[in-house]
Amino acid sequence: MSEETGQGEQAVELRGVVKEYRRDEFSVLALNNVDLDIPRNDFLALMGPSGSGKSTMLHLIAGIDRPTSGRLTVLGDDIGGMGEKELAAWRSENIGYIFQTFNLIPVLTALENVELPLLLTRLSKKQRLENAKTALDIVGLSDRLDHYPRQLSGGQEQRVAIARAIVTDPAIILADEPTGDLDAASAKEALNALALLNEQHGKTIVIVTHDPHAARYARKTRYLEKGDLLPEGQLPEDWFATTAPT
Amino acid sequence: MAIPLSYNFRNLFVRKTTTIMTALGIALSVAVLVGISALVSGLNGALAVTGDPLHVIVMRQGSTAELNSTVTREQFQNLKFIEGITEENGEPMASLEVITVFNLPFRSNPDEVANVNVRGLPPMGIRLRETAGTLQISRGRWFDPGKREVAVGRGIFETNDGTSIGDKLNFGRGEWEVVGVFDAGKSAYNSEIWADANLLAVDLGRGGTLSTAMLRAEDEATAAALKNRVADDQRLLLEALSEREYYEKQTMSGQPVQVLGVFVSIIMAIGSSFAAMNTMYAAVARRAREVGVLRMLGFSRGSVLLSFLLESLLLSLLGGMLGCLLVLPLDGLGGRIGNFITFSITTFEFEITSGALLLGMSFAAVMGVLGGVLPARAAAREEILGSMRNV
Repeated sequence: MSEETGQGEQAVELRGVVKEYRRDEFSVLALNNVDLDIPRNDFLALMGPSGSGKSTMLHLIAGIDRPTSGRLTVLGDDIGGMGEKELAAWRSENIGYIFQTFNLIPVLTALENVELPLLLTRLSKKQRLENAKTALDIVGLSDRLDHYPRQLSGGQEQRVAIARAIVTDPAIILADEPTGDLDAASAKEALNALALLNEQHGKTIVIVTHDPHAARYARKTRYLEKGDLLPEGQLPEDWFATTAPT
Repeated sequence: MAIPLSYNFRNLFVRKTTTIMTALGIALSVAVLVGISALVSGLNGALAVTGDPLHVIVMRQGSTAELNSTVTREQFQNLKFIEGITEENGEPMASLEVITVFNLPFRSNPDEVANVNVRGLPPMGIRLRETAGTLQISRGRWFDPGKREVAVGRGIFETNDGTSIGDKLNFGRGEWEVVGVFDAGKSAYNSEIWADANLLAVDLGRGGTLSTAMLRAEDEATAAALKNRVADDQRLLLEALSEREYYEKQTMSGQPVQVLGVFVSIIMAIGSSFAAMNTMYAAVARRAREVGVLRMLGFSRGSVLLSFLLESLLLSLLGGMLGCLLVLPLDGLGGRIGNFITFSITTFEFEITSGALLLGMSFAAVMGVLGGVLPARAAAREEILGSMRNV
């Protein structure tokens, strides 16, 4: 657990956030009374052993899971109190989410995959296609518009996923192990794209990763252990024994 | 905004084999239903077309069919001069006719026989029907009065053995030579054999008592009045109904087939709905992660439900189209059915109407919705995190 003080305008604020999963008579404490501030335009890496609560924290910030208790404010909105429809609309407007396994829709082309979130906006078809092409251009895939996911390399797929995440121009981009399924070269492509979005487009980025190389792209790294957010600069016990950074 | 239809189309295309197998199941149900509708339409069409609104059939009181009716020559003499009958060259257009049935083997299977109507009628009987419109001799010639000759209807010629010109038919007291084939359009007369009334009556031992009389009225209003005059005439003890009414009653002969066909279609449709349901449940399970992604991107549960429901509908409509295509070759094809009113076969042409096709497509749509609603609901109810972890 860590106590933070606000530094200017915050993109994300967690106050006393607890997340407990219950199944039958068993319960698992995934996050234990976590306080955290993530300023706007920050690039934060969340690290920690498996089961430490990193992905849970990302799911809560994305609004696809709800805290058991505590207050969660994202971009000034108390998302813990939002109804399902309101949350879905809020998410499509404010959050770009990148998965470890890309999760592109296999029957849609790269352009159509990127256009998908824009179907929820009031943009015309022409505007949607223009925006989708721009997003693909930003990640360097303007020559792969009509390719299906199966026709792309892993790195290219992840860059399409990044384009899909940014096409609605969300303020926050969340990435769950974005390089987990990529080789070193492809991972570098994806991370460079994220760094570019943070530096040149002012996006707030939070990534969950096991990979110290990936974490180096972030401005700051925080560690979690057994549901506790460790104080800034503190690493989990036996961290170097369980990871092999190079 | 809804998830784009292209997503559903392409998913159906990607799993081609499952799509085709499920669609074929639906297609068979639709084919049975549309086929039965075409049969009933064709049969009803044949019977309905037979009735001319100006023609009045006169039968013995209480008779339900020409076969069990009797009209004597004496009664006919009185009938001929009732007001309202149109005349041709000064002669009333009235025809005293005799009806019987006899067995004829089928061309396709000579061991199998069917009851066929034989109608004995005077030349006026032919002229009366020619005046109505569609009757014409298509091969050979009409029989000559006083000769043991017959003309056979097109339906009989096409389906029954021994009905070609020059063939001899054996009924009554001897042989009758086929001298012509007549075409009565789509009417039930195509299922009959026509001969000279007097000769046939003698053959049947019914010299003075024939079966029915056919009258042609001047117009429809006169036809209605004519019916009343016949019924009101206490000397006659006969009753009259319009030819159209008489044949419309016979459309009941198609009802058992229609009921059986609809029953079979519904049983098959239940099976097809389960097949569609199975396919859609498999699709939902396989695409759980995609559903999670769509929800993650902001698509609502309603959009997901609608998307899977539409996919099931597309699948079933594809099946419906295949089913309609399967039965299209039946259109215009000749068929025959036993008529339990005349105790003979009625030939007809399958008639695939736009209504039957619409019925088939609607039937397919119902199957798709029934088969798709539960899987679509299951997809929509899945939590985002649950969807992402279920793979």
